[in-house]
Amino acid sequence: MGFIGQSIPRTDGFGKVTGQATFVDDLCLPDMLFGATIRSDEPHARLERIEWDPDFDWSSIVRVDASDIPGRNAIFLEQWDQPALAQDVIRHHAEPVALIACADRELLETARKHVTLVTRPLDPLFDPEEALTSEIKIFGEDNLFKQIEIEKGDAPGAMKSAWRVVEGEYRFGYQEQMYIETQGVIAVPGEDGGVTVHGSMQCPYYVLKALTPLLGLPPEKVRIIQTTTGGAFGGKEEYPSMLAAHAVLLALKSGRPVKMVYDRAEDIAVTPKRHPGVIRHRTGVDREGHLLAQEVEILLDGGAYCTLSPVVLGRAAIAAGGPYRCDNLKVLARMVATNKPPSGAFRGFGGPQAAFGVERHMDRIAEEFGVSPLEIRRRNLLQIGDTTATGQQLKDSVGIGEVLEKVAEISDFENRHRAYQHQPAKERLRRGIGLAVCFHGGGFTGAGETWLASKVDLELTSRGGVSIHCGSVEMGQGRNTVFSQIAADALGIDLALVQTPPPDTATCPDSGPTAASRTTMVVGRLVSDAAENLLARMTELLAQQAGVQLDAIHYGQGAFHWEGQDLPFGEAALQLHESCGLVRARAQFVDRDGMVWDPQTYRGDAYAAYSWAAIATEVELDMDTCMPRITRVVAAEDIGKAINPLSVEGQIQGGTLQGLGYGALEEVKMENGRFVNYRMTDCLIPTAMDVPDMEVVIVERPYQHGPAGAKGLGELPTDLPAPALAAAISQAAGFRFDEIPVTPERIAARLTQGKEGA
Amino acid sequence: MNIWMIVNGERREVDVPPMKRLLDTLREDLNLTGTKEGCGEGECGACLVLVNGQAVNSCLVATGQVQGAEIWTVEGLASSPEELTDLQSAFLTYGAVQCGFCTPGMLMTAHAYLRHNPDPTRDQIREAISGNLCRCTGYQKIVDAIEAVAKRRQTEPGEAP
Ligand code: FES
Ligand code: FES
Repeated sequence: MGFIGQSIPRTDGFGKVTGQATFVDDLCLPDMLFGATIRSDEPHARLERIEWDPDFDWSSIVRVDASDIPGRNAIFLEQWDQPALAQDVIRHHAEPVALIACADRELLETARKHVTLVTRPLDPLFDPEEALTSEIKIFGEDNLFKQIEIEKGDAPGAMKSAWRVVEGEYRFGYQEQMYIETQGVIAVPGEDGGVTVHGSMQCPYYVLKALTPLLGLPPEKVRIIQTTTGGAFGGKEEYPSMLAAHAVLLALKSGRPVKMVYDRAEDIAVTPKRHPGVIRHRTGVDREGHLLAQEVEILLDGGAYCTLSPVVLGRAAIAAGGPYRCDNLKVLARMVATNKPPSGAFRGFGGPQAAFGVERHMDRIAEEFGVSPLEIRRRNLLQIGDTTATGQQLKDSVGIGEVLEKVAEISDFENRHRAYQHQPAKERLRRGIGLAVCFHGGGFTGAGETWLASKVDLELTSRGGVSIHCGSVEMGQGRNTVFSQIAADALGIDLALVQTPPPDTATCPDSGPTAASRTTMVVGRLVSDAAENLLARMTELLAQQAGVQLDAIHYGQGAFHWEGQDLPFGEAALQLHESCGLVRARAQFVDRDGMVWDPQTYRGDAYAAYSWAAIATEVELDMDTCMPRITRVVAAEDIGKAINPLSVEGQIQGGTLQGLGYGALEEVKMENGRFVNYRMTDCLIPTAMDVPDMEVVIVERPYQHGPAGAKGLGELPTDLPAPALAAAISQAAGFRFDEIPVTPERIAARLTQGKEGA
Repeated sequence: MNIWMIVNGERREVDVPPMKRLLDTLREDLNLTGTKEGCGEGECGACLVLVNGQAVNSCLVATGQVQGAEIWTVEGLASSPEELTDLQSAFLTYGAVQCGFCTPGMLMTAHAYLRHNPDPTRDQIREAISGNLCRCTGYQKIVDAIEAVAKRRQTEPGEAP
């Protein structure tokens, strides 16, 4: 029908191009105070006491420490381990310990200097490889947040019959989300002892669920409203719960609204980033280059608290073997604790790490066999009928072959790869090309979606249209526009009649977190289901009012028809809105795929549908300056259906650039447990000069239960550029780089080493 | 200290310490919150405004320095859907906006740049916006939008906004 598949300009665009869109820092409430956080300066210590300078005048400053917390001192998500404010023990640098608030920001800064944390240092644990056996205990007895083992077939046995066994080790660092709007919230105390939080966030219901036990309040006394959110990328998935907790504690103690908006330095220094770590591969291959057995070991550094880390590990483990057919696979994945700021969600969520490991490893296998990177992948790609690592049989919607062939053809991969193999060694400018493929499951893992039981409401408005209510947020990715398109088509009405108010837990049901590439695929489907339910409800009410049988009324072409009458949707909506008051219809998630999943063994249907992508990148490397310049990017992505092609391209281009940054530019450096480059000046992200125009191809292999066939999109493009870029730089340099980011410093070090070695 | 300036075509007077950042004066004293803060140290361009026609990061400028200056912010471009400038419309139709946080600064850069170079190549556009960070779009659609406007202005010369 009408709007799905069209490149509709974003429906929330007007406010964004005129400066009228209200981000949290644009809000200013009467009597508002500004809050600040007192943080530890050590990575591991016993906290003896907090010293508030007795000579300082604290009269206009509100002070909060752990003893002010009415409920349980924890930010609950996967575990209860992370306190809102440290008590007794400090487990990472910059851990929040106390809070202050004041109407005058200058005075607030002065006051901050009059607080001293009296501590006794403890030995810190920094090396994740030592975590399991260390005497230093951060989490439980073995510092293990989560261990996942996946076994399919008999990998050790099959390895013995392999023609050759290829081993490799792949390392990756932190990556900072670097949304341009820093984290921020405003907490407003209510007269009934409750509280309202306005803020930049992905998951209003996560904030709600974290605040209720912390405050000891019933859910109806805690209200969360999302403000226009200036980018998130996973970075605003769990941390807003922490920030909201702080602002709320100050607001409840002072009885006044409290704003907390981080400056860039604080945001980089304290908020969770992509997990660093190492992945080791051991792969048995037959004479034809087919994978016989894969053994993969993953070690990720979770930092001092659990956050979402177990779920990130799950994604990484499932994707560890790559989108390849292999009957014998063994994955051992571990998430360990160290005395560092917690790692957390970042677009891709374990996927980019897994893809980096397996894709670089496939390149290594190709090299050992003397075949091209394209050829080794062609021989091993998953196809319909094959089973994934978890034993899930792929039944349909598998576009991996198509995306790979498209990319190979457009980039002229084989010819260029061959040509660059034979370029003169002494040239100053050398070239390279790299390739990668990956898959990303849409929605929560396994039974996750059933457990979330997401809900979406559609409601008639006083303007004769509908509004969509659910907890999924717009964070730039296009939720408002896509939901409007889906609803408008399902109802057969004009786009202008659909409204998408921002999520507010008081009026919107929980549609699950805005994460896991699930918003279009899972929640979008619920929007269309809710539209059907709304039509049914309207039909029922109209039948009552007209005194006719239900089945006498039918809906089509945007109008209700019965007994010679034609009542357009808009008029019906107005009529019912006036006569019946609130008219709402709800849709709730049901598993239509018959998913079977065992969370203990990680066997079964991990995701209802997978999206597939391939990329080729070319670079020109200046051998004198060691600066790589990206000269070409070709990406093809199978996302089932592009509800809004313009927005899909934007997601792919933006996500791809984040992945390219991960591969060769972005580095958050850590010394003694603290991030040292916590400014934009030295914590770089790509500028418009760092990338050429990207060539993007959208492939549509529909998922039968997605809205119009749509699958997940958000994270897919970020998963795969890094290994392709590392491969391109490796070819240009004539050295293999298995650690990202492949920065000029790393290239220079390697080239010098190489020369000395030669 | 009393400081006056012409903001979006109107004479405004504020009483602020001369060292107060222009960014804060605009946001807090003049209630022009369209101008954003992304870093506070001249790296991101979210706070970019035009001062006497020059693109300037307002987080690096003291209000005292702009006494008597002419300042344009995103609010000066348009306030109703009918009045959108060609660049604002193109940012929407070409998909140059996602979260929108970089958009005000990006638009001001584009307006200033096209006046200075009305017929740029794509690479020149990339260079022109390289002081404005955008984490969402990958920049390509922003380049598309600016290029389209430049082309259209070439073929339909008129009063450039
Ligand atoms: S806030 Fe001024 S450049 Fe970033
Ligand atoms: S649109 Fe989000 S930073 Fe540019």
